[in-house]
Amino acid sequence: MTLTKIFNKLALTALLAAMTGTGMAADNVGFVYVSPIGDAGWTYQHDLGRLQLEKETGVTTSFVESVPEGPDAERVIREMAKRGDKVVFATSFGFMNYALKVSKTFRKTAFVHATGYKMGKNMGLVNARFYEGRYLTGVIAGEMTKSNVLGYVAAFPIPEVLQGINAFIQGARSVNPKAELRVIWVNSWFDPGKERQAALTLLSQEADVITHHTDSTAVVQAAEDQGKYAFGYHSDMSKYGPKAHLTATTHHWGDYYVKTVKEVQAGTWKPSSVWGGYAEGMIALAPLNKAIPADVQARIRDMEKQIAAGKLHPFAGPVVDQSGNTIVAAGQDMTDDQLNQMNYYLQGVVSKIPN
Amino acid sequence: MENSILTSILFATIVAGTPLIIVALGQLIAEKAGVLNLGAEGMMSMGAIAGFAISFETGNIWLGVLAGMAAGALMSFLFAVVVLTLMGNQVATGLALSILGVGLSAFIGKPYESEILPTVEAIRIPLLADIPIIGEPLFAQQSLVYFSWALFAAIVWFLYRSRPGLVLRAVGESPSSAHSIGYPVIRIRYMATIFGGAMAGIGGAFLSVFYTPLWVEGMVAGRGWIAIALVVFATWRPFRVLVGAYLFGGVMVAQLFVQGSGLEINIPSQFLSSLPYLATIIVLVIISRDQNTVRLNAPVSLGQPYRPDA
Repeated sequence: MTLTKIFNKLALTALLAAMTGTGMAADNVGFVYVSPIGDAGWTYQHDLGRLQLEKETGVTTSFVESVPEGPDAERVIREMAKRGDKVVFATSFGFMNYALKVSKTFRKTAFVHATGYKMGKNMGLVNARFYEGRYLTGVIAGEMTKSNVLGYVAAFPIPEVLQGINAFIQGARSVNPKAELRVIWVNSWFDPGKERQAALTLLSQEADVITHHTDSTAVVQAAEDQGKYAFGYHSDMSKYGPKAHLTATTHHWGDYYVKTVKEVQAGTWKPSSVWGGYAEGMIALAPLNKAIPADVQARIRDMEKQIAAGKLHPFAGPVVDQSGNTIVAAGQDMTDDQLNQMNYYLQGVVSKIPN
Repeated sequence: MENSILTSILFATIVAGTPLIIVALGQLIAEKAGVLNLGAEGMMSMGAIAGFAISFETGNIWLGVLAGMAAGALMSFLFAVVVLTLMGNQVATGLALSILGVGLSAFIGKPYESEILPTVEAIRIPLLADIPIIGEPLFAQQSLVYFSWALFAAIVWFLYRSRPGLVLRAVGESPSSAHSIGYPVIRIRYMATIFGGAMAGIGGAFLSVFYTPLWVEGMVAGRGWIAIALVVFATWRPFRVLVGAYLFGGVMVAQLFVQGSGLEINIPSQFLSSLPYLATIIVLVIISRDQNTVRLNAPVSLGQPYRPDA
């Protein structure tokens, strides 16, 4: 991995040199990406947002992809601020401290960091309620499973990933109390071979609907090969498994980017912490597979509206964890603080949590 | 039920071990001739993208495998020119080759990121594949799995039963002696290095065409380094390479099965993930603990440049 980093750095230096050479025209907005844009996935969704921003506001944008979450990130962010970018979007958790540091030097630039928890005088935060989509995919999984065993290929046990796992089983159990969920941790965000192996393992051990919280499309492809079902994540992954792909939880950053940049241009921008979901249009499902019965589809569409209206919370009480403790009492919803500190499995997950 | 899980574990183990075997055996030949090429990761990456791109464009996976092989061979040829003709440092050049291959494959692979290939069908050997438990894992695999076994047999025969194999080992043990009795040391090293590269290319193509039929940047994910380490820990003996590769694949697969079984186990998954590495190293170190065998099998001139004096 470090070797790719060195290579990226070389490319980066060249790119920075090229960028600083260009004259300053209209307002420019900079984007820092952690991985290659590719064709699906986390960074791809941010880049869709960038393209929407260009189209709707007419600003120019520039991006640097594959920026490692280390001192290189600071260099890239600093360079963007130095050449006069109005807004800099740093789109990965590991950029947080670097963005904050640079924001203290460039007080006139607006910084926005995705998925972190530190704000600054001129640095805002944005994150998405991925678990809202996960809950709905869970409902579909609960309806579609025949073996009542669901599978989940996960990267690292951090709250964001656990929210997804728990929302998935909450959704599944809301329609199918017999559903159980097995989780395999691959301890890597990206290793298609290992992700596929984990998916095949789950499928050979009774699971018939699987999903993943890693970065490649290997899990969807594995389900397609085995004639089972899967959900994509980040992006619509249906072309990797047209029959297997039931739907996907997708992220949409464009509206937020447009709003932020317009506020900055109008001089009304203040750093804020936005945690947007269905209501803000930041989470949506990819087109539903025809294999999903029409009545389930209709219910999903209805639940989408309820979530957007705030009437349905994926972690509405009673929420009970694996060992039987009540986390949220009946009649209440889980608070954002509780969500951010999630470090347990809920009832229905049969694997043990890694500690 | 029990049987079918065992069968799935064995099956997946063999699949997971296959790219490691192909790449490690190729490197074994190069190292036996005294050439240490740390560029396996880069050569595999190039093999993966070349294999994927050509399979996708032509619709013929065998042309793809050939292209992967050619890409790996070409990369190792570059390496050979630098270290054998220009006398460059093998370690540094190998590292550079890794960086080059990983980066270049990402660049070439851009247009192929959204494409997928159909899954390659397994070849069932009639009757044998119906044997309970071991039938499927051994006799209903994709063609390259059978190739890895044939490669193993060929390499054992070549190294220990054939005259050219003896010459190759002599070149790795003492290039000056081999030179003084008239063997073309540099040419033999070229051939061994290029063979190693070609196998790394096939290993890469196995990943992108057979294992996960897609292309994404970084999909080799460290397997090149594991293959290089395997050769060393196996003390340059083909059978131990085979054992090590299956052990590595087997423990990786088994820990996934344990996690996926839903059994209540109190072992952190991070530890389970590191098990394949630990188990492989421990077992290979134990079977290779005899210093004499290590000395007997390690190519003495490994990594050292050789300039024939006229």
